[in-house]
Amino acid sequence: MTTLPITPSQTVGPFFAYGLTAHQYGYDFNSLAEGELVDPIAHSAELIYVSGQIFDGNGQPVSDAMIECWQADTQGQYSTKPIAYPPHQASFTGFGRLGTGTTRTNQFTFTTVKPGSTATDSAPHINVILFLRGSLRTLYTRLYFSDEPKANNQDALLHSVDAERRHTLIAKKSREGHYQFDIHLQGSDETVFFDL
Amino acid sequence: MEPNIVEPDKPATASGLDQSVPLSNHPLHLSPAYKSTILRSPTRPLMLVPDQMKNLRMPVFGDSCMGPLDNDLTKNARKNGEPIGERIKVAGRVLDASGRPLPNVLVEIWQANAAGRYIHKAEIHDAPLDPNFLGAGRLLTDTEGRYSFYTIKPGAYPWGNHYNAWRPNHIHFSVIGPHLDQRLITQMYFPGDPLFAYDPIFQSVPKHARELLIARFSMNWTEPEFALAYEFNIVLNGRNQTPFE
Repeated sequence: MTTLPITPSQTVGPFFAYGLTAHQYGYDFNSLAEGELVDPIAHSAELIYVSGQIFDGNGQPVSDAMIECWQADTQGQYSTKPIAYPPHQASFTGFGRLGTGTTRTNQFTFTTVKPGSTATDSAPHINVILFLRGSLRTLYTRLYFSDEPKANNQDALLHSVDAERRHTLIAKKSREGHYQFDIHLQGSDETVFFDL
Repeated sequence: MEPNIVEPDKPATASGLDQSVPLSNHPLHLSPAYKSTILRSPTRPLMLVPDQMKNLRMPVFGDSCMGPLDNDLTKNARKNGEPIGERIKVAGRVLDASGRPLPNVLVEIWQANAAGRYIHKAEIHDAPLDPNFLGAGRLLTDTEGRYSFYTIKPGAYPWGNHYNAWRPNHIHFSVIGPHLDQRLITQMYFPGDPLFAYDPIFQSVPKHARELLIARFSMNWTEPEFALAYEFNIVLNGRNQTPFE
């Protein structure tokens, strides 16, 4: 079997917005994914909002990161249907992408539905992929939900995380339908990132 | 003033380890010569995850996502004429490490214009914008994993990392492969760039793997009286095992 050398990773840099998140930043180029992982009208009864900031080692919010979310639907199924453009033709894609440079506080907010469990030993979660200036590699983490203590307790991956760092993967419910998920690149609350 | 030459990399694994273990081709997260990594790279070891997680299928994008000019950056933002600069073709294949071509992969690119100016609003480099050039494009690879863009050769541009810091000419690539561990963002460089030795981002890649980021000039693919061609192949992680579908 051939083994080809893997292409090295490089930073996304500070200027990705007009290419990867153009519509959000007001550039004249369409975007294939934004902050809505579902059609908000079709799912209005079950919408949730996931917000957060990304903090550097000085505790400063990062203004030039790009964050992607990929999740299963409420039944625990990942969509295999090709994403279409214009958006909202599909009621659920499960894929979102936002830059952190368009709000004053560098906050991101995804609009979605709470995913179902994808396996018996897996709590509801969202796969999170992060890129930013100053990061030379793809950063992978996961978002779990604070109001799923029983499922979280039975989640194999969450269980393999050091107990004192587990909270970095759990989005906190701030009020009905709203969850807060901050990512800390460094420091005492440094988010757990995965080696893929 | 002497150029600020970047210190050579430390090896990607600690010395004394079994040298038969292949070194990673990726940069370390912390690469202090690229100063932004100091406060922005994880300090704790990354957590190992089961293959099942690596094998998770990523979203796929339909043909409706692609506009007819999305892969032609010389045409996709024209306002009142043609963009200025050297028209080039950048083409290649997206494969996995086992040599399998990866079809229907979303490849997105973005870059500076011929003068070395990004259209991004936060960019302050004093070089002209080109009213007929955005510098962004995208496509889906074909059934053989092939892709092809037309664009304008990007210029070098200065940045604030250190005194007299310049980025080599480069095109940013974002690739969403079929599995979770095949999500890659990288940069493609041009052969023979004199700035390689001075660029801490290029130098962050272990020495043995740097050439993988340099496109190959292709006379074969060059289009007579139209555009020089560069070949850049992208290799994503292979599969350790056949995932259950």
